[in-house]
Amino acid sequence: MSINESASTISNLILLVFLVGIPVYGALKGVKVYETFVEGAKQGFDIAVNIIPYLVAILVAVGMFRSSGAMDILTSFIPSSLKDLGITSDIVALALTRPLSGAASLGILGEIVSSHGADSYQAKLGSVILGSTETTLYVVAVYFGAVSITKTKYAIHAGLVADLIGVIASVTVCRIIFG
Amino acid sequence: MLNLIWLGLLVFSAITALLTGNLKQLVNSVPDSAMNAFKLSLGLTGIMALWLGIMRIAEKSGLTEKLSLMIAPLMVRIFPGVPRGHPAIASMASNLIANMFGLNNAATPFGIKAMKDLETLNSAKGSATHAMCMFLALNTSSLQLVPFGAIALLAAGGSKDPTIIIFPAIIATSFSTISAFCIARIMSRMKRYQD
Repeated sequence: MSINESASTISNLILLVFLVGIPVYGALKGVKVYETFVEGAKQGFDIAVNIIPYLVAILVAVGMFRSSGAMDILTSFIPSSLKDLGITSDIVALALTRPLSGAASLGILGEIVSSHGADSYQAKLGSVILGSTETTLYVVAVYFGAVSITKTKYAIHAGLVADLIGVIASVTVCRIIFG
Repeated sequence: MLNLIWLGLLVFSAITALLTGNLKQLVNSVPDSAMNAFKLSLGLTGIMALWLGIMRIAEKSGLTEKLSLMIAPLMVRIFPGVPRGHPAIASMASNLIANMFGLNNAATPFGIKAMKDLETLNSAKGSATHAMCMFLALNTSSLQLVPFGAIALLAAGGSKDPTIIIFPAIIATSFSTISAFCIARIMSRMKRYQD
């Protein structure tokens, strides 16, 4: 079994633990699992509809950036050693947008998916990056704002360095599994 | 910030297109992109609904609450400045578990309560405590185990195996969380961050 197939199997097993394990646990605890599932799932459509304006804004802007040739120009400045690792300018844009906005970075991943294809290396790498980083600046603003703290000390540094390590780990893991 | 980046993308693209002669491609890309954005958004619905449904069961069955209680002893070790049994331990644990499951709507109120609980231990008002910095470092390192937003997007884009990213994402996110912990711990000992 190749490393790609093993990753797929492990991923599927983890998904099953959530998908089957949680309803079984719920049923054992006396939860009406079907009704509860439906009640929670109703929010799914709202989330998808709410995200439309963000995706339109980002996909149009990044799409223009790509079709104008600006993306290629930007990519030509990226050292070829990084390009060999699959770090193209759209991946860089994703990593840079991620700490600022969750919806905007999801939009950039959407653009990567629609221009490179959903099974492309870039789409997988982008997804793993999105999954291992956080909207650091937004979270810090909300949480420190709630208790009116202005001297944030090292919270932002630690969060941003963790995001950078998340990106490096994503590139490494994707290289090993999907490379 | 995003206002500036967005405007910059539009203006820079237009100028580049004029210089490179890609004006036609640029204009043609606009309706395609807008259409794709709509299709992708609607395509997210199925997996979003599925995941939110499962997670509602996790919440209602008390599973997330139980896991929060289970990690409480660990919390005391991660946050040495917070006394055992302090309300901040419970609110932080609830927030971290909600984040692991991707329950963003539940995580934020717990997180704000955690910050208020931590503030009661703060002797220098307006200045962050070590526990606050550690809590935010963990929060901003991404704790979510299954990145269902990205999976939904891959599925909406027609991927053959959108869930394949679960395992690599868990490994990468473990690295970022462990390093956030280490960095915050190391920085908490630095002289410049002592009160």
